Amino acid sequence: MRNLREGGWVELIHREIDAGKPFLGICVGLQLMFAASEEMGQHEGLGLLPGRCLRFPRSERVPQIGWNQINIKRQTPLLAGVPENSFFYFVHSYYVVADSDSDCIATTDYGIDYLSIAGRDGVYGVQFHPEKSQDHGLRLLKNFAEMS
Amino acid sequence: MLAKRIIPCLDVKNGRNVRGVRFSADLDAGDPVELAARYDREGADELVFYDITASSDGRAIVMDLVRQVSEQVFIPLTVGGGIRTFEDVRAILKGGADKVSINSAHVHTPEIINQSAESFGSQCIVGAIDALRRPVAEGEKPSWEIYINGGRTATGIDALEWVEELVARGAGELVLNSIDADGTKAGYDLELNREVAHRVEVPIVASGGAGNMEHIYEVLTAGEASAALAASIFHFEQHSIPEVKEFLAKRGVVVRL
Repeated sequence: MRNLREGGWVELIHREIDAGKPFLGICVGLQLMFAASEEMGQHEGLGLLPGRCLRFPRSERVPQIGWNQINIKRQTPLLAGVPENSFFYFVHSYYVVADSDSDCIATTDYGIDYLSIAGRDGVYGVQFHPEKSQDHGLRLLKNFAEMS
Repeated sequence: MLAKRIIPCLDVKNGRNVRGVRFSADLDAGDPVELAARYDREGADELVFYDITASSDGRAIVMDLVRQVSEQVFIPLTVGGGIRTFEDVRAILKGGADKVSINSAHVHTPEIINQSAESFGSQCIVGAIDALRRPVAEGEKPSWEIYINGGRTATGIDALEWVEELVARGAGELVLNSIDADGTKAGYDLELNREVAHRVEVPIVASGGAGNMEHIYEVLTAGEASAALAASIFHFEQHSIPEVKEFLAKRGVVVRL
């Protein structure tokens, strides 16, 4: 977050989103979209969506590493052609809790049911790595690219 | 639910994939780029490239392979073998690998784990160990010793203690390679995997000893490993990855089909 701020990226991101440009945050990029994060101490996020970041409970191996499934809560153009329960590649120790249910596009089960895809008005975030998730990941990125 | 991972390992020597038997490489098992593409099509969950020449020439060859593979394969790629310095870690990640597997170097200079994890994140720093069982009297707890330099040099370090150290320093995942089991096709060291899994919070990748599908099933269930790494069982087409995954799924193991 400090790197983003010092590089002048925070203003740029807000400006481009305000101008209507689609946005996709990946992994920690999703976490930064939300207001506050617990990772490496408290850091202010980009504040694009209301919510916060928490560490996974001790009941599971942390970080979560590997392929897990998404449960789609609402359809969006980002998921066109991506079936329910598709596997994506995840690597993370923290997860996002959105304040508003309507910002949640999909959830994933890892000891708890947590948010894995968020979005509102062309601003999206995914907790997994689409660029490492074979066909479904590439499809998602293609869907996003076609929004621009 | 999180799927158990099946990870083919390509031991690369002078640009060719070779099979290791008890840490001595011999048989040629084909072109690594072709193999990687095949494993990707078959549904491998990750790929590991292990540079067993580990010279600067060898490293350049492996990085060229990673570059070629990453252009056509969209699953995570790990590179290991001969990493000595933080600069090596940086170069490998910059070259397109998603994770770096650090072995002997963390015994010589444990700070390499801290520095790499702080700079690039724990998620891309894998702590790998080569462990050999110590002889113990009946009734005593099992114990393993860490070996370095491709299994040639004993260190006197207790493996179960060292894995905790690696995780405390920032390793986000551990690869446990059993020297006893490596290349024997007699099964993974289940006890080693289980003991480590109970000591640390991070995922465990079992390595060394896979001879059949039952062995993979055992280490992912009784062995409590999160992932199974295998080489020759796949390279020589004894079993295909879909065959292994279907076998596991039928036995109730969650896999990505």
